[in-house]
Amino acid sequence: MTDKTTAQDIVLRLNRITKRFGSLTANDGISFELRRGEVIALLGENGAGKTTLMNILFGHYTADEGTVEVFGQPLPPGEPGAALAAGVGMVHQHFTLADNMSVLDNILLGTEPLWKLGMGRGAARRKVSDLARDFGLVVDPDARIGSLSVGERQRVEILKALYRDARILILDEPTAVLTPQETDALFETLQKAVAQGLSIIFISHKLHEVMAISQRVLVLRHGKLVGEVATQATDRHKLAEMMVGAEITPPAPREARPGAVLMSLKAVSTAARGNQTGLRAVDLDLRAGQITGLAGVSGNGQGALADLLSGLEVPQSGEMHLAEGETARWTPRAAVAQGVGRIPEDRHKTGTIADFSLTENAVLESYTKPPIARRGWMNWREAEDQTRAIIEKYDVRCPGPEARIRLLSGGNMQKLILGRVFEAAPRIILANQPVRGLDIGAVTYVQEQLIAARDAGAAVLLISEDLDEVLALSDVIHVMSEGRLSPEFARGTKTPAELGVWMAGQGFDDAA
Amino acid sequence: MRLEPVANPGLARSLGYPAVALGLTVVVASLLALAAKADPFATLGLILKGAAGSKFALLETLNRATPLIFTGLAVAVAFRAKLWNIGAEAQFYAGALVAVLLGTGALGFLPGFLLIPAMAGAAMLAGALMLLGPVMLKVRLGVDEVVTTLLLNFIMLLFISMLLEGPLKDPMGMGWPKSEPLDRAARLGRIVDGLRLHWGFGLALISAAVVWIIQARTTLGYEIRAVGQNPQAARFAGIPVNLVLVKTALLSGGLAALAGWSEVAGLKGNLTLDISPGFGYTGIIVAMLALLHPGGVVISAIFVAGIFVGADSMSRAAGVPTYIADILLATALLFMVLAILLTRFRVVRG
Repeated sequence: MTDKTTAQDIVLRLNRITKRFGSLTANDGISFELRRGEVIALLGENGAGKTTLMNILFGHYTADEGTVEVFGQPLPPGEPGAALAAGVGMVHQHFTLADNMSVLDNILLGTEPLWKLGMGRGAARRKVSDLARDFGLVVDPDARIGSLSVGERQRVEILKALYRDARILILDEPTAVLTPQETDALFETLQKAVAQGLSIIFISHKLHEVMAISQRVLVLRHGKLVGEVATQATDRHKLAEMMVGAEITPPAPREARPGAVLMSLKAVSTAARGNQTGLRAVDLDLRAGQITGLAGVSGNGQGALADLLSGLEVPQSGEMHLAEGETARWTPRAAVAQGVGRIPEDRHKTGTIADFSLTENAVLESYTKPPIARRGWMNWREAEDQTRAIIEKYDVRCPGPEARIRLLSGGNMQKLILGRVFEAAPRIILANQPVRGLDIGAVTYVQEQLIAARDAGAAVLLISEDLDEVLALSDVIHVMSEGRLSPEFARGTKTPAELGVWMAGQGFDDAA
Repeated sequence: MRLEPVANPGLARSLGYPAVALGLTVVVASLLALAAKADPFATLGLILKGAAGSKFALLETLNRATPLIFTGLAVAVAFRAKLWNIGAEAQFYAGALVAVLLGTGALGFLPGFLLIPAMAGAAMLAGALMLLGPVMLKVRLGVDEVVTTLLLNFIMLLFISMLLEGPLKDPMGMGWPKSEPLDRAARLGRIVDGLRLHWGFGLALISAAVVWIIQARTTLGYEIRAVGQNPQAARFAGIPVNLVLVKTALLSGGLAALAGWSEVAGLKGNLTLDISPGFGYTGIIVAMLALLHPGGVVISAIFVAGIFVGADSMSRAAGVPTYIADILLATALLFMVLAILLTRFRVVRG
């Protein structure tokens, strides 16, 4: 404010924003400035307060203290339209598009008054194609959203923001659903936008992307702004330390000793369910003492494969063999009985029951058999003892076995699930997005446990959207695309870019 | 305005709001009494006196509470699994019908100590079957059980009406649509000689205890709660969700049918079309007020029965219409639902 010229350059100023939820302080006196033509990265673990901060900026929450200024004008708190009108556009992690409408209609929807939708379409179409050209956002304005790929949908979201004359773009974890190639294209678009004077806030926890795209990095931890550094003056390791507040050591790779095939799929296909892609003639061998990694853009059949191993899905055609022989009916209970340990993708909705205690959650898969139950009678004392043992052994931080599990952080919830799965001594382990949303400490712990299980002779199938994670942990890698499974690649034989080609659907026998 | 969840509602919060809800109910009742040009304090006093002011009044209240405990338990058991059984009324009549069919001579060869359990068992079976159809439609075809169970109530009532006008009509009934009276051996005795309270009440208390034990101590109770709270996680864990829903339905239907059987065999002695003043529907209120807890069902059933009985007696004395009982219960329920919401969430502006 003292210097006139910089004051004009500042497009967004957050001033001592504080937001409390009960005893939790989600944002604690956060201040920063965004300048014209600048990309800043907002880095932080899940629960660090990134989303809360953005919700305050967009008027979904009212800050308890502090102010937001856009282009020098204070934003009225708690008015969701104000930020949009002031030229701030947001691209959410989960898209907000209507599947059954065209690209153009989606861009106009909520932008233009309804009565104008029919009129002025020519002008709107010109504006959209101009924007698309200027920013390298290639997409057919008449295509239905439902027929677009995830990367294309994201372009529509960005176009929508630009169409509304956004001068500040906020992207929330934009690369989570993209292939490496699509990510590169996105970064080119962002660079074009910056060249035209837009300013960008890039929210992420992927360090290499932060290093690649941003000029400045803001690090949030436990609701506080703990660091603000020029990207050039830092490196991934320092950023990670700032994010966690402690030094971290990733699990060291150890040589695997693959054993017998414990589960094999031969040309297995499954039915498509709703918007979940089914499997198409998948061949897969899971070997003892080996981590098989499954890479791919989410929604390409990983869900179907996970359901199949979990017992929720049965093959429509093809054969599924377990080392122990067949079971009459393939159900979740049969899968558990056959020694398949399942770490589900969504620990909140599938893995646990929020209002159940830790004890009740810990015995979900074992409650039918002694010692937990005899002849239909629950032995809650035994269940609680077992839960205490899991809490101890897997370092679950919680008030006690009787606490409701929804009070736990994602990491501790996942540790309880790990305990539930590993204590049953599974021979095959399905780990579906086992570290998604966990903080780095918990990530390391979970990954160590998976490697330890492998070394103890389990066959592990690791499904992850995070290619880096797959590359770091897997002894062999498959790529999934549109329900098809690539051949097996041994560790280190494929670069990320080469895997990206498979992720985009090329290289398969039936590729067009 | 938005609702923010409260992580750990304290004791003050958990008890404070329900207490306020009861207080507000009393205020509304007073206003209604004023509107009927009566003294509110006297009116409330009369309701209280009519419900519990004498041994006779108290036993009358407990008698009225008996079917409500059964239907309340039936609803509470089903709602725990998020199986929305709105058909306790139909299941009630199924039990009442079985009591008449078997208690008027068909099982006359059985000795008394076998006859009554046989009737109760058959009544439970009939109620269970009554809910089996809707639950099978739900798990097989996804048909909403709210609609099917609700509509079955009317079908059942018309079916009973047809029977009472036809094959079941008492030839000695002076043309009234009522059934023959039950044999003496098929009737439930009184708990205390000379007082009207019958053994149905005792059985209702035992049923509440049994449901409590099932919920807290058995794998079935654990499964029911898991299915109700998160069917997706339950299915993933290997709980046979559909089978659990069917078992829940059988239990729920059976409990509701016991209400009908106990009213016929314990209190009325025969079947009429007005034997239930909506016990099945009031069971929903009872269960909700009890937060679906079987112990709470007993308390809330006695509370609800007390309001009905008290309002009847007050109406005779003070001339305030008995409708006040219905309004009171409806207000109590609405305030209580709101209170429960407010114990778990706080209202935040903006």
